Amino acid sequence: MKYFGLVWAGLWRKKTRTVFTMISIVIAFLLFGLLQGINQGFSVAMSTLDVDRLYVSARTSMTDGMPISYLQRIRNVPGVRAVSLWAYFGGYYQNARQPIPAFATDALELFKVYKEIKIQPEYLDAMARTRTGVLISEALAAQHGWKIGDRIPLGTSIWTNKSGSNAWEFDVVGTFDASAYGMGFPSFYLNYSYFDEARQFGTGQVHYYIVSVEDPKQADRVSRDIDALFTNAAVETRTQTEFALAQSQLKQLGDINFIANAIVGAVLFTLLFLTANTMMQSVRERTSELAVLKTLGYSDTKVLVLVLTESLLLCVFAAALGIGLAALVFESPALQKLFGNFSMPSLVAAMGAGIAVLVALVSGLPPAWRARQLNIVDALAGR
Amino acid sequence: MKMFRQIGAVTAMNFRSLPQRVSTSLVVVIGIAGVVAVLVSVLAMSTGLIRTMQSTGRDDRAIVMRNGSIAETSSALDRNSAKLILDAEGIKRDADGNPITSAETMRILSLRKKQDDAEINVILRGVGPKMLEVRPELKIIEGRMFQPAVTEVIVGKAAHSQFKGLNVGDVVNSRGANWTVVGVFETGGDAHESSLMTYAETLISIDQRGAFQSVTALLESPSAFQAFKDSLSANPALAVDVIREREYYQQQSKTMSTIISVIAYVVGGIMAVGAVFAALNTMYSAVSARLQEIATLRALGFGSTAMVVSVLAEALVLALIGGVIGALIAWLFFNGNTVSTSGGGMGQMVFELAVSPPLMILGVVWACIIGVLGGLFPAMRAARLPVAMALRAV
Repeated sequence: MKYFGLVWAGLWRKKTRTVFTMISIVIAFLLFGLLQGINQGFSVAMSTLDVDRLYVSARTSMTDGMPISYLQRIRNVPGVRAVSLWAYFGGYYQNARQPIPAFATDALELFKVYKEIKIQPEYLDAMARTRTGVLISEALAAQHGWKIGDRIPLGTSIWTNKSGSNAWEFDVVGTFDASAYGMGFPSFYLNYSYFDEARQFGTGQVHYYIVSVEDPKQADRVSRDIDALFTNAAVETRTQTEFALAQSQLKQLGDINFIANAIVGAVLFTLLFLTANTMMQSVRERTSELAVLKTLGYSDTKVLVLVLTESLLLCVFAAALGIGLAALVFESPALQKLFGNFSMPSLVAAMGAGIAVLVALVSGLPPAWRARQLNIVDALAGR
Repeated sequence: MKMFRQIGAVTAMNFRSLPQRVSTSLVVVIGIAGVVAVLVSVLAMSTGLIRTMQSTGRDDRAIVMRNGSIAETSSALDRNSAKLILDAEGIKRDADGNPITSAETMRILSLRKKQDDAEINVILRGVGPKMLEVRPELKIIEGRMFQPAVTEVIVGKAAHSQFKGLNVGDVVNSRGANWTVVGVFETGGDAHESSLMTYAETLISIDQRGAFQSVTALLESPSAFQAFKDSLSANPALAVDVIREREYYQQQSKTMSTIISVIAYVVGGIMAVGAVFAALNTMYSAVSARLQEIATLRALGFGSTAMVVSVLAEALVLALIGGVIGALIAWLFFNGNTVSTSGGGMGQMVFELAVSPPLMILGVVWACIIGVLGGLFPAMRAARLPVAMALRAV
């Protein structure tokens, strides 16, 4: 510790160079933090998804419906706690460019399956009483300025109602807080019973059954039991955990992981050259100073360690700044809205620290070795 | 004239001493190469996507959908409407005087990617009997065309190469039908090559949906579009939107290509800031290495402009080398790579990354900007150097 002053002074020997090097490293780690943070954030968000929730869809494609008669049969499978359903409504508000993620459901069961989503019981009662009622998320209500009691006209490109029109009207009877789930939870629910009666075709069709199991350890067994029920039925089913479903949806977008890693790789490779060059220059300029240190009795190893420490200090300090900046970005309200309660995963911070140390050692070693090998007489003579 | 001679002399001298500063100079070259490579290869994704979408449309074809629909998937046209559309003006007619149109419907199939077994949505398009006249670019390259009224499909070249289970003879399961693959088609590298096709009536009878989703019409000429559109709008029995095919496909890819471009510019921008500082570092140390040389030249009567230009020229040349290397890396490794992504209402879209010449030029321009920014302040320092003090330091 007593050498800290010496290392610190060595680091700031040429202020501009150190500052510029540092800014480059800060930026590299900011980028690393952002990309890996989002990347890991997705997987962290996914691994916290409920393992005791199962999604049943038609085996061929989720857009193929299943008969409503499956509901009771799934409910009877041992180990099933609650079952709700989603029938895709897919409406839009005012014009087709303002889509509303609307689903028809059995609201009472739905909020038993999604325990983490908060809703007041009186809203559920109101939903049960009002056939044309809808429950919407607080975020959606705020976005369009909708209040309880409002009558909302929704258009749909799929469903025609019995009066031959594709304009539907709904009454807002309650709101719910889906922030515990983050993004991806549909924010608009109508009564399935009303929807099924009012639609002109597709009667009795459901796109997803969402199953909550009593014991997460039984999730696999329950999935198999459900699928076994409907083998060779008119519509065969496929049951996936919430995690598997989210993962397959993410995969539709392509390989995010690969792109993030490739960019980070390019950035870090560049960084290695930058720091190595800075350290090399700094040691070359100080040849005589290092020789003086050795004359004063500093051992070769001590000089090597001093130079390495300087490089470590530079990298780790700048990396901490960069990752701190990235963490700040994640705390910004705009991103919080997108990801839910998202913060810099500690794994990414740890990875960042590890990479910083690695870059410091790899880039610091050649100049440090050079410093170690210095011959006092030659160095002082400027040879 | 004298100034230019000075600039020439100092710059030449500067470059001759460059080999002594190789390792420092490499930092700029590598840093900028990294920025340009990332920028160009990510932008190549959106360029590739846009290019595929653009080649899908033809100016003398128009798509008719129900009004308010953003995509074919969310449109619906009943048989009566589909029939009424045939009477519109401007549609090209065949030798027997029948309008050349194709009333189409589509559905989504779940398939798996060959590369990572990921499950993806793929479009199965039901087409009308005159489809080959509407789309003369469609050629069967393996197997044969599907027959009407049997569950046979032909698959696009891109879908065939990227997705599992689409070889001729394979069977694709979907609700209500097992589709036998009987042929592979190409359409000149457009979006349809990512999809499967069958006869519309077969698909409708299996789906029990009773409706088409769109009608694609071949027009007499590109300029007949307005007449076609007007005659459809004037028909009170129809509530439809008409759009040129090319425009339609451009709109479909807009969101995705915008997202990719934003990512490219944000990430590239952040990296560029880092590279500017790396360049600043290098150029400052280049200037300080030449301190005595610069001071001596100034004492001999060389102007400060010559100093500024010589430093800027060095930065610019290093940046140019870096930019060209970066663009070449992107081109070598990524040009023509096939990737696929979710194409909005289009199902999975297969397309090739396109590292086009304009993109590579864009990358090199970025490199030059970084170089100039990184060279400017050190250059000014060289120019402002107090001669006496610098010489005394020797």
